Amino acid sequence: MIEITTEPIDTQALLGKVCAPEAGAVVLFLGTTRQVTAGRETASLDYECYPEMARNKLAELEAEARKRWPLTGCAIVHRIGHLEIGEASVAVAVSTPHRRAAFEAGQWLIDTLKEVVPIWKKENWTNGESQWVHPGIETPRESSQTADCNQAGNV
Amino acid sequence: MKVRVRLFAVAKQLAGTDEITLDVPEGTTLGKLRLALAAEVPAIASVLPHILFAVGSEYVGDESLVPASGELACIPPVSGG
Repeated sequence: MIEITTEPIDTQALLGKVCAPEAGAVVLFLGTTRQVTAGRETASLDYECYPEMARNKLAELEAEARKRWPLTGCAIVHRIGHLEIGEASVAVAVSTPHRRAAFEAGQWLIDTLKEVVPIWKKENWTNGESQWVHPGIETPRESSQTADCNQAGNV
Repeated sequence: MKVRVRLFAVAKQLAGTDEITLDVPEGTTLGKLRLALAAEVPAIASVLPHILFAVGSEYVGDESLVPASGELACIPPVSGG
């Protein structure tokens, strides 16, 4: 089950989706918005995605994980739009008969998600500047007054 | 042929738009399209070398030809999670 949402992630509901009688292990990973990155303080973050491709890529990840590990349940949710510090931006929940596969599948899913799924975050720094995060690129800072119109995200 | 290129994140910010339409000959490679984009929108020239192209939901290399659909997307390095 995959989902891209602008709403807060309901982790209890997510766990409910992957729990099953055949499962002996459930692993839930949450990625949360961090207050300090490389010594700079973040006030909030905005996420946007390429919706059609992001959904398809997430579905491919779930299908691949189901081939590699004996998953009894798999749920991946990414939140987009505006997030405050400490909120969950992504959740990966997997269940398997035994714990090793659940840890491995969960780690592979979040690692691969971060490499291939077209989702981007923008740091809104406490000094009023905003900056897109693109690994390997030095991106320009813009003042919040001239920030582009992504505050509500791009579903 | 007309090619519609979708832009996201820093590419959208720098270009000031989420979409650019280019007119290129059929059979143009994406490598050539990359050069045409840099010439058409100099504001994104600095980030274009880091951008991957996607057609439909698949990443495609610079040796690929512009798709018959005339639609593709610029995918800057991703930062989800």
